[in-house]
Amino acid sequence: MTDIPATVLQPEAASKASAEARWRALRTVSRGDVVYRSVLTALALLLPLLLILIAAELVINALPAAGKFGLGFLTHSTWDPVQGQFGALPLIFGTLYSSLVALVIAVPLALACAIFLTEFAPRWLRTPVATLIELLAAVPSVIYGLWGIFVLIPLLRDHLWPVGRHVLGWLPMFSGVFYGPSVLAAGVILAVMIVPYIAAVSREVLLAVPPSQREAGLALGATRWETVWSVILPYGRAGIIGAVILGLGRALGETMAVTMVIGNRHEVSASLIQPGYTIAAAIANEFSEAVSDMHLASLFLAGAVLFLITVVVNAIARVLVWRVARGSAIGSTAI
Amino acid sequence: MTNRIIGLLAVAAGTALAARGAVAQETVRLNGAGATFPQPIYQKWVLEYHTLHPNVEINYQGIGSGGGIRQYTDHTVDFGASDGPMTDAQIQAVNGNVYHLPTVLGSVVPTYNIPGVTAQLKFTGEVLAGIWLGQITKWNDSRLTALNPGVSLPDQDIIVAHRSDGSGTTYIWTDYLSKVSPDWMQRVGKGTSVNWPVGLGGQGNPGVANIVKQTPGAIGYVELIYAIQNNIGYGLVQNAAGNFIQASLATTTNAAAGAVAHLDANTDFRISITNAEGAQVYPIASFTWLLVPKTMTDMTKARALLEFVWWALHDGEKYTTDLAYAPLPSRVVQLEEERLKSITVDGQPVLPRNYRGH
Amino acid sequence: MMRGRLVRQLIGSTMTGLTYGAAVLAILPLATILVMLVVKGAGSLDWNFFVRSAVAPGELGGGFANAIVGTVIVVALACVIGLPIGIGTGIFLAEFGGARFGLMVRFVADVLNGVPSIVIGIFAWTWLVKPMGHFSALAGGFALGMILVPIVARTTEEMVRLVPNSLREAALALGYQRWRTSLQVIVRTAAAGIVTGCLVAVARVAGETAPLLFTALGNQFFSTRIAGPMAAMPLQIYVYALGPYDDWHRQAWAGALVLIVLVLALSLIARAVVRAKRQHA
Repeated sequence: MTDIPATVLQPEAASKASAEARWRALRTVSRGDVVYRSVLTALALLLPLLLILIAAELVINALPAAGKFGLGFLTHSTWDPVQGQFGALPLIFGTLYSSLVALVIAVPLALACAIFLTEFAPRWLRTPVATLIELLAAVPSVIYGLWGIFVLIPLLRDHLWPVGRHVLGWLPMFSGVFYGPSVLAAGVILAVMIVPYIAAVSREVLLAVPPSQREAGLALGATRWETVWSVILPYGRAGIIGAVILGLGRALGETMAVTMVIGNRHEVSASLIQPGYTIAAAIANEFSEAVSDMHLASLFLAGAVLFLITVVVNAIARVLVWRVARGSAIGSTAI
Repeated sequence: MTNRIIGLLAVAAGTALAARGAVAQETVRLNGAGATFPQPIYQKWVLEYHTLHPNVEINYQGIGSGGGIRQYTDHTVDFGASDGPMTDAQIQAVNGNVYHLPTVLGSVVPTYNIPGVTAQLKFTGEVLAGIWLGQITKWNDSRLTALNPGVSLPDQDIIVAHRSDGSGTTYIWTDYLSKVSPDWMQRVGKGTSVNWPVGLGGQGNPGVANIVKQTPGAIGYVELIYAIQNNIGYGLVQNAAGNFIQASLATTTNAAAGAVAHLDANTDFRISITNAEGAQVYPIASFTWLLVPKTMTDMTKARALLEFVWWALHDGEKYTTDLAYAPLPSRVVQLEEERLKSITVDGQPVLPRNYRGH
Repeated sequence: MMRGRLVRQLIGSTMTGLTYGAAVLAILPLATILVMLVVKGAGSLDWNFFVRSAVAPGELGGGFANAIVGTVIVVALACVIGLPIGIGTGIFLAEFGGARFGLMVRFVADVLNGVPSIVIGIFAWTWLVKPMGHFSALAGGFALGMILVPIVARTTEEMVRLVPNSLREAALALGYQRWRTSLQVIVRTAAAGIVTGCLVAVARVAGETAPLLFTALGNQFFSTRIAGPMAAMPLQIYVYALGPYDDWHRQAWAGALVLIVLVLALSLIARAVVRAKRQHA
């Protein structure tokens, strides 16, 4: 005979009451769980709703401009409110270019800070320094703009450029006369603004790497730095990429600080030291004063394009993370 | 006997209290939005008026002329303000229910920063247009040296500055350039935002002033008050009569007087006074307007608003010169009085026929 | 390629030094900003600044009282509107976010993070200001709240997800229901991180100007009515900085200094509270 209890082989033989009890115990979803999940789902549903409403607002208001310019809106550079001709190529180019510069500066800097805070800083220094870095996120963009005008631009134009010109001036990226307001200045300010986001999240990610990983690396004879580079960073790379995406989002949409230092010129130029323009800055500058309906519609269309750029960038990043996260464990399903 | 005395006292007290109740009023709150150029004087006015009439709170915020027009059209504010008049299409959008009421005058000056040059430079309209078109590129260009024989202008690039945000200041500047330069009119035109052929964009008057201050060889245009407050040098401009005039409150008011002399009594005040005729007239000047409805719906609010505007046009004008705004010529004020008296709520005029202010 | 031990140690030391340098470089802008604000603004801080509202241009003795109170009210409204949605969404993403719906919501949050704040302001104008027929602090709070939601959602999700699974399993094994595990064990453990995320987000929106331009509008008068226009510090700073008067400029610097100090104080107090809670827990 087998060891299967009689109550299982012949369930009818067991009393109804105990069957009920067993059934209730097996059921893992209680009413509280259902309510909890429903409430959270309802809250989460508000996000897509918000997105749809914002997108709808942009698209509906942009239709007159889309109808008049079509795809030419993306390829032409003339922005003439008087004649009613609007081409947004300089805006799109400036948005992408300044954000790229910001990332190139901010990611290594923020990562280095996160590593500093989790690995190399003396314990008593960690919280104060982390707090200071996070405080960068508290500075209002208007203040960054003022800092850009009174501190950063003079620094770049009067102190760094006279030296840097000899080293880099031959590159097309640094050609032309440097007046101060420029894509470079905007990129630097954006970098400063997004460092706290990337650093804060990266730090949490790095902190969550199990000590066993670190110890394993050290036990195998790696130096502290090699452990960080080859063991810890790869472990947390999915989370770090998520942090970078958060920072990029901020950079793409930043308005006030950028418009105060970028020179606000509707022109495409490969040179970083020439003035440029971004979509967000143009909207901020021209929206309140836009008098003609076509001008307004063109600004909305530019906003819709920015929206599209954000969606595309996020989609690319998401695919990237999915491919990269297959190796790492932290946040792999999260991101 | 005592009862009757007490009764009388009670009645007296009650009447006194009731009278106080009738005098003490509820706070009336009004909101206006629009041009940033007159914001300082409007804010001065509403605060002064508030000390005189503590129950009236008028909140004015400068969000831009275009914003002012738009909020007015969408009925989110009680009155609007703009440095550029509404177009016919915009007036149609509000079914014609708007009066343009000029309040003060302002002027725009060319300001520059040339190392080694402290003299006041002379400009003509064509030269200014040439600079902003990018046709005159060096300070020692013959057209500039011809106008300024005593000054040694350097062989340096002219770095042009303009507004990046849409603004009434730009409207006045480009309106003037369009009148004096057919080339400018054709290539660029006039507006609160235009397609600038050359130059760096600064945000707000301070943005342009900063570019000029911090960039050797720069030239820009700013409202007179910014040039005065920031101690930056500005040049003289040749007016229609051929004289080189320095912008000042007097020469700005002259510009209005010149244009207003020919005003029709039925004018809607949407006139441009740039390049006005007259010997001592500064050519780059303009009205700024309040946008007030011809018919309103709330009598209390209407009364408060119109009494305020009346006060501003009469008593308020004495605050203008301290803040570097030029006051209106009296003929303009007279005509505006008639407009104010014609505003109605449900067919009833808001102000009595013999209103003289209070 | 096998490097000699000396070379590897040298590389390690250099890199360590570089990370020190990075930390210094990151803090440098903050240091120079604070120095700049103190130098330009501290001299204008007096009793008047804190208790008096705006006075007429050209007059002295005005202050930021209306703006300070206005910022507090508008930010409080933003928190009431935005934090519950943001935290709830974040917990949702961490607990139930593996499915397709969760992926979609996460993606949406990332995209919303990139929408310029001025677009959110225009959106709030269309949905609150225009129907109501007037500007209001409520609309301003709504706009700021909408900016809060995606930031808080993502940071909350990250923090909750970092709680080790073993805690969850232990709680479930002890007979806790899923929802109690989630709330009382997981979220409570992540609470410190969630609060930090919220603070970073609130600090950011407290300094936003663009969304308030078309919603709260600004107000020279002292007001606590949320159904009407209200002053806010970033707005007033922006207006004063772009104005012509030196007195306005000085007040703008002072206002900027006060704003940063306020946000810093908020940050530190909340951290201290969280640390105290952790010690008692």
